[in-house]
Amino acid sequence: MSKRVPLEGSFAAAEAARMADVDVIAAYPITPQSHIIERLADFVANGELNAAYIPVESEHSAMSACWGASGAGARTFTATASQGFFLMHEVLYFVAGMRLPVVMTVANRAVGPPTNIWGDHSDAMSARDTGWIQIFAANNQEIFDFVLSCFRFCEDPRVLLPAMVHLDGFTLSHVVEPVILPEQEEVNRFLPKYQHPYVYDTDKPMSYGIVMSPDTYAEVKKAQDITLRESKEVILQAWKEFGDIFGRYYSPIEGYRSQGAKTLLMSTGALSETAKVAIDRKRDRGEDVGLLTLHLWRPFPFQELYEALKDAETLIVFDRSISLGGPGGPIISEVKSALFDRRRDIKFAGLVGALCGRNPSVEQFEEIIDRGREIAEKGSSEVLETIGIRG
Amino acid sequence: MVQKESESILRPNWQDVRFGNIFPKAGTATRYKTGDWRSERPIVDREKCNKCGLCWLYCPDGAMEILEDGYYEPDLYHCKGCGICANICAKKAITMREEGA
Repeated sequence: MSKRVPLEGSFAAAEAARMADVDVIAAYPITPQSHIIERLADFVANGELNAAYIPVESEHSAMSACWGASGAGARTFTATASQGFFLMHEVLYFVAGMRLPVVMTVANRAVGPPTNIWGDHSDAMSARDTGWIQIFAANNQEIFDFVLSCFRFCEDPRVLLPAMVHLDGFTLSHVVEPVILPEQEEVNRFLPKYQHPYVYDTDKPMSYGIVMSPDTYAEVKKAQDITLRESKEVILQAWKEFGDIFGRYYSPIEGYRSQGAKTLLMSTGALSETAKVAIDRKRDRGEDVGLLTLHLWRPFPFQELYEALKDAETLIVFDRSISLGGPGGPIISEVKSALFDRRRDIKFAGLVGALCGRNPSVEQFEEIIDRGREIAEKGSSEVLETIGIRG
Repeated sequence: MVQKESESILRPNWQDVRFGNIFPKAGTATRYKTGDWRSERPIVDREKCNKCGLCWLYCPDGAMEILEDGYYEPDLYHCKGCGICANICAKKAITMREEGA
């Protein structure tokens, strides 16, 4: 029998890695993710997890060690956040390009300066084009479920790509919620053994990471792009099987009271849980609004977006990171770009807020919807609209 | 999946390079001609050379070869002409000569 236990988000991530029976963890501590790797260090030290735990001297080394371990055929896990995430940036591209299914949790945190430790999605967005599968969790159960399911589809021979599960720093990483933990036997049924077709083997030497000229680089990049796009079908299939075994079904874009709604708010991560209460209040007052929570950020779920917007007339996208000097937040600009191709009729507003842990209250989410509707109706003289910022 | 070792290595379609960064053989860099990057080539003066092997040790491309008689000569298929061998030689037995001069 599965059991329902109180777990903070960090421990939910660690439990998923433990139950996935990871072989190697290479990590460096940084707030607000440290609880994840500290809990895993406990598991290894206590004999609850048979894994090699590599304490490295930096995040660049952490991801480099993960690269080597995954290439050698080990199921590999790590976690990071913010500045530490930036320090591993170079290696992120290599792990994806080398087709290695490393799974990483990122406890999302704002980026300095100003020096900070609180949550937003600025760190996540820096990795947009690294070639990793990227998923945002909205609660602690999703952290557990997404980490577990990542191992499944990342290690699928049709995918063999790394994935990061984003969880909001503090709002999820340090908050205790009830989480349903499955039986180990159920996990084993869901998760076959990891086997890479070109595993590092001194008896069968190959060349990895070879130099490529202008004549070949672009073909390799296109192949990588197609592989990442095609991974969506495998992700959907894995989530379907996950649901059949564990009873919880996931989709790239989750709707909440969104069916047939004329106005939709799109949010990402833990703040969607607050937004749901705002939607409830507005529904109680007879307003025709619903919520879309974007779970799958890469590969971007174009088809699911168009389906979710089938009956919508107005879309308001709320973004937790700012693209300085650009067209809004990254999610705002990508959704807007997708609409330009297929749904130019939709009235659109993008709002940036909730930076560095300034999480909106339910009332403020109601304001976000009201202000968004106003911008969508009347337009705005600002290229980038912010909300909740003084002055 | 992995690049096939054939003509298609040079101009593959994207479908052929799904694992493009992996090549199913080891040591393939030896087949890559880097000698044509060179603008100067090392010339070894056997009168001065004492066969110490510093040039062989310091060559970053492993392009200094030990001959049967114990002297050293550059492998011009790979030598990029960086001049480290000439610089490190304690006996000043190696000079760099401009190509085509």
